[in-house]
Amino acid sequence: MIKQRLKRIKAIAWKEFIQIERDPRSLSLALGIPIFLLLIFGYGLSLDIDHVATVVWNQDASSKTSRDFLLNFKNSKYFKITGYTDNYRDIERMINNGDTMMALIIPKDFSHYIESGKTAPLQLIVDGSDANTATIAMGYVRSVVSRYNVELLAETFNSKGLKPVKSLDVQPRIWFNEGLVSTWFITPGVIAMIIMIISALLTSLTVAREWERGTMEQLISTPVKAPELVIGKFIPYFTIAFFDLLVGLIMARVLFGVPFRGSYLLLFFLSALFLTGALSQGIIISVVAKSQLMASQLATLTTLLPTLLLSGFIYPIFNMPKFLQAVTYLIPARYYIIILRDLFLKGNGIITLWDEALFLFLFAFVMLSLAIRKFKKKVA
Amino acid sequence: MDTAVSVSKLEKKFGQFTAVNKIDFEVKQGEIFGFLGPNGAGKSTTIRMLCGIIPPTSGTGQVGGFDINREQHKIKEHIGYMSQKFSLYNDLTVEENINFYSGIYKIPQNEKEERFKAVIHAAGLEGMESRLTVTLAGGWKQRLALGCALLHKPKIIFLDEPTSGVDPITRASFWDTIKELASRGVTVFITTHYMDEAENTNRMVLIYRGNIIAMGTPSEMKTKCMTNEVLEVTVANSQDWLERISKIPGIKEAALFGANIHTVVYDSAKAKPAIEQLLRAEKAGAFQVNKILPSLEDVFVSLIENYDKTETKKN
Repeated sequence: MIKQRLKRIKAIAWKEFIQIERDPRSLSLALGIPIFLLLIFGYGLSLDIDHVATVVWNQDASSKTSRDFLLNFKNSKYFKITGYTDNYRDIERMINNGDTMMALIIPKDFSHYIESGKTAPLQLIVDGSDANTATIAMGYVRSVVSRYNVELLAETFNSKGLKPVKSLDVQPRIWFNEGLVSTWFITPGVIAMIIMIISALLTSLTVAREWERGTMEQLISTPVKAPELVIGKFIPYFTIAFFDLLVGLIMARVLFGVPFRGSYLLLFFLSALFLTGALSQGIIISVVAKSQLMASQLATLTTLLPTLLLSGFIYPIFNMPKFLQAVTYLIPARYYIIILRDLFLKGNGIITLWDEALFLFLFAFVMLSLAIRKFKKKVA
Repeated sequence: MDTAVSVSKLEKKFGQFTAVNKIDFEVKQGEIFGFLGPNGAGKSTTIRMLCGIIPPTSGTGQVGGFDINREQHKIKEHIGYMSQKFSLYNDLTVEENINFYSGIYKIPQNEKEERFKAVIHAAGLEGMESRLTVTLAGGWKQRLALGCALLHKPKIIFLDEPTSGVDPITRASFWDTIKELASRGVTVFITTHYMDEAENTNRMVLIYRGNIIAMGTPSEMKTKCMTNEVLEVTVANSQDWLERISKIPGIKEAALFGANIHTVVYDSAKAKPAIEQLLRAEKAGAFQVNKILPSLEDVFVSLIENYDKTETKKN
């Protein structure tokens, strides 16, 4: 009995393989999209903010003090001094044009104030149209200035023969992503997104296509059973999606230098669970939709958007309103992204990941049984 | 003889629309059973219920001894089905299509080769095994579809308008294949809207608007189901006389049939002299008026018209 079932599953899987191979559209979709997305996100989407364009108006240019102070900006990778000016008109124009992000204005009597032990004002004009970047850039300026202040204090105390005051000194040590490279953080998310989209999109077309072309009519007049059909259709797409996972893994490692510190075996096992869920979701969509256009739209809508916005892929979940945070528990990619990041960067094992793994198992199980049930209803 | 298919009060509704209205019929084993009717009469819906593709709204029935409401799966093991629309995979080759259905029907490995050759031979597709199905001409596609539906040697085969859109020569050879199948004891359940094809069946029903309005062998249909009579008028330039003849009282209708005119009349004893009189008076030249056995097309047209009339009266 099982052997006979396998025979049918084999026939369906083989037929599906041939069809994919003969359809340049789905083939390029399956193999092109992952590479394309990884390149775009890997190179294009950098959340790191450095080389903040800064224009300087040093009204006290003749003093050594002001020039020494500016060295702190020149020597930092966080700033890029794009030019010097001597009037506000230029500053306004440059900020309006987007040629610069900030303008730093050192007043005329800057050195005078400092040398006479007074507080020196320093003007900073920031383009706040991108609030996030502006906040971060201002933080950079503050940290440069506070370091300079500490030096000033020390100097003053020294010159008066006093001991420096006690102060706190943070000694940060960053784990997992030591260089705080945002690509390391993004790439695992991109892989999750690719697998989700590819799986759901490809399978969503396969059943809808059979309805559209009338081949389903013939198929359901045969004694083929719903589980056989679902699993048979499943196998080729599982293979493709798994291949995409490998492509993503290799690109992440080789192209973007993301480390992989966990167990490959665990990665493949948990990915298989995620794939099963995503592929089954595609089959459910396909059974419901009955036309290829409708199916692909539904698949994109139900996989791309939640995975992009609600999985913690880019936007941190803890920053979302409570209601949305609750919704994210229903997004399978949320768990898969945690797993990928943990495996890539932290090197965690199943002991820390078991709850995510459990959810993925549930996702796979529920979706697969639902796909088979939906199919059964349509078929007989 | 055993019964291959029987249904009782079989009904299918789509929302408010009744596609099949509580019909009863029986098909005997080894019979070529014609299911005739115009487009939209409920032929495909009936066939799809029998094949277990869609469930009936109500009614009972059996196909090959299996209940159509509960044992659809067993039915599917024992029947072949060829749908109205070509439904093999266009993007597979001939060989791949056959292999696919061999797998689906679980043909044992040691028989696969032999059945494959048989299908190719029967469909006349030798040398075209590796051609993409999409590149085959209509008739070949049809025969390939039939071959795939027969792969598992079913006892009953359902053919839904297998000859629509196929040229006359292919149609004729298709019917030869069907007769050959029946001679081997296979029950053939075939729908068509080509009335002339009904002559090839052993028995038939005529379905119209979801109701069975006649049932019988071809000769029974011609003799029993027709209350009117048919006169064949042979005359030169028959098309010019058609309208004049149809206006003669006692003539229900007249239609061109090849080069002749077929008239359906209430009483041939009265109508025949009337036509002869008209043609003689108008100097039509040599002519002949003969009472003939109606063709099935005459029978069906007349049955459907009668049905429509009684339905209008009812409302």
